[in-house]
Amino acid sequence: MIQFEAVHKRFPNGTTAVHDLSLDMPEGGVTVFVGSSGCGKTTSLRMINRMVDPTSGTIRVGGRNVLEQDAAELRRSIGYVIQQAGLFPHRTVLDNIATVPLLLGWGRKKARAAAGDLLERVGLAPEMGRRYPHQLSGGQQQRVGVARALAADPPVLLMDEPFGAVDPVVRTQLQDELLRLQRELNKTIVFVTHDIDEAVRLGDRIAVFRTGGHLVQCASPAELLARPADDFVADFLGAERGLKLLSLTALVDVKQGAAPDGGPWELVLDGARKPVVWRERGGAGGAEVPVRPLRDTDSLLSALNESIASPSGLVARVDAEGVLTGVSSRSDIHSAAGDAHLRGAGNGATSPDGGAPAPEPSAPTAATPRGSAPDPAAQSPQGLDLPAPADAPADGKSGRGVA
Amino acid sequence: MSFDWEWVGSHRDDLATLTVSHLQAALTAVLLGLLISLPLAVLAHRVRPLRGFLLGLSNVLFTIPSIAVFVLLLPVSGLTRTTTVIGLTIYTLVVLLRNTVEGLDSVPQKTKEAAKAMGTRPLRTLLTVELPLALPVIMAGVRIATVMSISLVSVATYIGDGGLGQLFTDGFQRNFPTPVIVGVVLTLLLALVADALLVGVQRLLTPWARTRTRKA
Repeated sequence: MIQFEAVHKRFPNGTTAVHDLSLDMPEGGVTVFVGSSGCGKTTSLRMINRMVDPTSGTIRVGGRNVLEQDAAELRRSIGYVIQQAGLFPHRTVLDNIATVPLLLGWGRKKARAAAGDLLERVGLAPEMGRRYPHQLSGGQQQRVGVARALAADPPVLLMDEPFGAVDPVVRTQLQDELLRLQRELNKTIVFVTHDIDEAVRLGDRIAVFRTGGHLVQCASPAELLARPADDFVADFLGAERGLKLLSLTALVDVKQGAAPDGGPWELVLDGARKPVVWRERGGAGGAEVPVRPLRDTDSLLSALNESIASPSGLVARVDAEGVLTGVSSRSDIHSAAGDAHLRGAGNGATSPDGGAPAPEPSAPTAATPRGSAPDPAAQSPQGLDLPAPADAPADGKSGRGVA
Repeated sequence: MSFDWEWVGSHRDDLATLTVSHLQAALTAVLLGLLISLPLAVLAHRVRPLRGFLLGLSNVLFTIPSIAVFVLLLPVSGLTRTTTVIGLTIYTLVVLLRNTVEGLDSVPQKTKEAAKAMGTRPLRTLLTVELPLALPVIMAGVRIATVMSISLVSVATYIGDGGLGQLFTDGFQRNFPTPVIVGVVLTLLLALVADALLVGVQRLLTPWARTRTRKA
């Protein structure tokens, strides 16, 4: 869908922003450009819609060389989400979203109608449409920014550190929202960030850039984490990259057995065989510790976390309805984690609940967030005192309740 | 030496004519000033080297005493309304040019960037994004230029025009204060009303600023 061929960009002051970049981004799927500042990731992104023109080399979008197209028309055909939203302060939210449709000559009525649909799609109430951007919170503005980029239904979406300016909780919500939208729309997204966790969370593929505009490695998150090309990439991924890898691996293959009859802790179930709490044996007044049951689609990282938090060292496993299917021991989870690390990108776990398949064959479809369709029943089993707030996805990727 | 209400009553028609003529001269000058300074300001905003030259030139023009301007214009346009309007227009240019340039400068880079990235062409960006967002600063200039022109019209009395300014010469020559006081009061009222109207116009033109309770 988007191809870079030997692309160089040198700025007039002599700095090389992008050095010999060749990269092929398939249709559908999220490619994340990641790297520290000055690595050329944003320049590379901006060359796709000709906000910057390359010094040499060719960029094609949908097979057509961007330099042979009218820049303004090209930009209208590509969605662009700018840092900190960049909304027009003098236009209402609805008119902001309608920007590109109006430029395309849809007419005010049709453009507004499309904008209204988009507003709903990004999770904002219709009355927000009449407000001005400064009347919205940062997170809401960012949603409007995404809606504006999607208004004319472009096949390609460019996102330049879109969630950099919002607080971590809102950022997580926006990331979830983007993954949900992407499941519905399956756009070809290029996403720039300096946050490796965001990259792992959102990317089907991650392109790591090094200062001087060199692309060091482009691979699926799992492969990147398991087999970083060099020390630079390894450093960039950070010391916890093993744990990050576990966040991409599903629990499904980990051995499970029946809940033990003996031992100091008993797993209390309700009438529907849903886990309620861990209770200390030995008569009334035994201590109780909350249980956080996990589904097959939850990650090994959250299982590891739960195995540490659980007093018995056992993790309660449930099906999509929250009914107990068995328990997994700390050591089984630990060895599965070790195996997952050994196998790295070769992980065979598939998206178990029929989520949208990853669009490219090389991308392992472990329990990436887009593989776990939201299932409110399973995310907040009734009557359980979950450590995570009920509205947060309980897949260990919410950033809360996990180390 | 008391105020002569009878004079006011008997000269009502003259006063109305002078007031209209006064306002016409001032507003024509402001409109012409806007027409000239808008393209110049866009030029000064886009072409950096021109900026200093244009702003400097308008400053130099401003330092010429107003009477001198009218005298210098006499060989060109004579003792006419045209001379008055040209003279006033020159003075409005300083304020309008500077404020329009500053207004355009005040438009956030990010917003212009967003317009470009959405596929808006430069002219449309100027008309639908930059000028609307520059409007508050431009309007501040228009208000100053309007009030300034209304007070300056009187100077044109020396070339036989001057609207309400004629009341001053009339009063001084006859040592009769009533027309002077009436002239001052009417000029003040004109300026205040014009300014209030412009504030209203600005509010109508910038609905997004009305809801502003906190800086975004």
